[in-house]
Amino acid sequence: MNTAPAIAPQPDKIEVQSLDYFYGTEQALFGVSMDIPDKQVTAIIGPSGCGKSTLIKAINRIGEISNDIRIHGDVRLDGASVYGKSVNLVELRRRVGMVFQKPNPFPKSILENVLFGPKLHGVKDRDRLEEIAETSLHKAALWNEVKDKLNKSAMELSGGQQQRLCIARALAVDPEVLLMDEPCSALDPIGTARIEETIEVLKDQYCIVIVTHNMQQAARVSQSTAFFMKGKIIEYDDTEKIFTTPAEKLTEDYITGRFG
Amino acid sequence: MKLGRNIVGVFFEGLCRGCALLVCVAVLAILGFIFVKGAGSISWDFLSTAPSDGMTHGGIFPAIFGTVAITLLMIVMALPLGVAAAVYLNEYAGRGRGARFIRAAINNLAGVPSIVFGLFGVGFFVLFVGRNLDRVLQTGLLFGQPAMLWAAATLAVLVLPVIIVTTEEALKAVPLSHREAAYGLGATRWQMIRRVVLPQALPGILTGAILSISRGAGETAPILFTGAAYFLPRLPVTKLFGAIPMINPLDQFMELAYHIFIMATQSTNVELTRPIQYGTALVLLALTFTLNLGAILMRIRFRRKLRRA
Repeated sequence: MNTAPAIAPQPDKIEVQSLDYFYGTEQALFGVSMDIPDKQVTAIIGPSGCGKSTLIKAINRIGEISNDIRIHGDVRLDGASVYGKSVNLVELRRRVGMVFQKPNPFPKSILENVLFGPKLHGVKDRDRLEEIAETSLHKAALWNEVKDKLNKSAMELSGGQQQRLCIARALAVDPEVLLMDEPCSALDPIGTARIEETIEVLKDQYCIVIVTHNMQQAARVSQSTAFFMKGKIIEYDDTEKIFTTPAEKLTEDYITGRFG
Repeated sequence: MKLGRNIVGVFFEGLCRGCALLVCVAVLAILGFIFVKGAGSISWDFLSTAPSDGMTHGGIFPAIFGTVAITLLMIVMALPLGVAAAVYLNEYAGRGRGARFIRAAINNLAGVPSIVFGLFGVGFFVLFVGRNLDRVLQTGLLFGQPAMLWAAATLAVLVLPVIIVTTEEALKAVPLSHREAAYGLGATRWQMIRRVVLPQALPGILTGAILSISRGAGETAPILFTGAAYFLPRLPVTKLFGAIPMINPLDQFMELAYHIFIMATQSTNVELTRPIQYGTALVLLALTFTLNLGAILMRIRFRRKLRRA
């Protein structure tokens, strides 16, 4: 399965086109171009501060809610710019779900967390909501653990469960893309393994982009991998190729642990 | 060297402890003094009847009624306004020059002496707003005179900074990660505020309400010219549609803090009314405490709900 060429049998879901990204005056991304295929997992690796989180936060434009940002270049979703004037941010973020570095469930019940998105978007029918909750929690492999305590606080779950709840919450609005920003960095090995299993199941239905500084994780879960350094894309290829015969010296040095 | 440092440490710990103790002693002394002096005049009659014999005998019921009514009216006016202002400042205004100017204005408002609020209340609410309402609505002299409505409005302006500042602190405390999560699910800014930020900030907002109730219920100067009455032979109540009893916000009212003030300064016989003054002070303290307790219980309930559900 991993031998399929990265650039790719599936049509490209996301196209990043010579993207420069600035926080105020500080430039975080330099001319990044990257086509991300649908229905597979694309990993982004690189040392801290290399711009990997910035890149995925540029896709659903969540990076700009707490920072003054400026861009050159473009990000396209299904061929349409997400930075265009007429772009509806609400619709964009419904289509592009996100799971954050630290589990961030709301201090509400498990059920309210999962249904937060659907309720925002006006789903009122009780049966429909129940159905959404159950399928989303199933997809995030959490249903069996929480089905008897849906009205308990999400804060009572373990870190790993909270993160899967956040995945379920993101899936509940029926997104097309799932962005994951180091989703396992706050979890123990068991929690991490469960998330990776979940990703494995989800990749057939979604375009998943995962940022990770865990190279084994990238190797395990992804089909394509991009290696970033200092805001630039160094190498982007089939995951297998990146981890066995990288074209760039820098990539090789990084994945063999010579720095980073 | 080590010993020297230890001595300094012990000395400052002792100093801080002493200061903390001093505060407790001061509070207890005030409460104890008022309790000892005032407890003797407390009786059911004192709490349930109106003053009599030229205010030298009888009870303080109208003042209790007036205090509760005006405090509630004040909080009903101030809370929505203050919370809305804080939401604007924290969620919409950003860090621009406009926001800085508003913040400076609020801080200055907090420093204005309460008697100035009283004069502002007469000038703005009674004479400007009230008289103009009368002129426009052709109501003769209905709004343009001191009344509970204007006194409560004046108090509301007085406590506005307290509510805005505490609410803003509570809004700031809502983590960015929760805001990001809401936006990430496609929430609009208002949906994010309404469904994520405000519920989490509610306990903090109630703290602001508690503080302003304590502040407002004890104030005398702002209501001095705007609606408080020396003596009122009736309660400020009316019947809505001639049937439903309600507080009449256009009537004047008696109030506990003001009652203490006039009893101590303008009574026909100050010495004779001394026990009434202490009794009134005790009732005022108890009443503020009760109003606070209600708000604190509400806050505890919301906190627990946040943690659990």
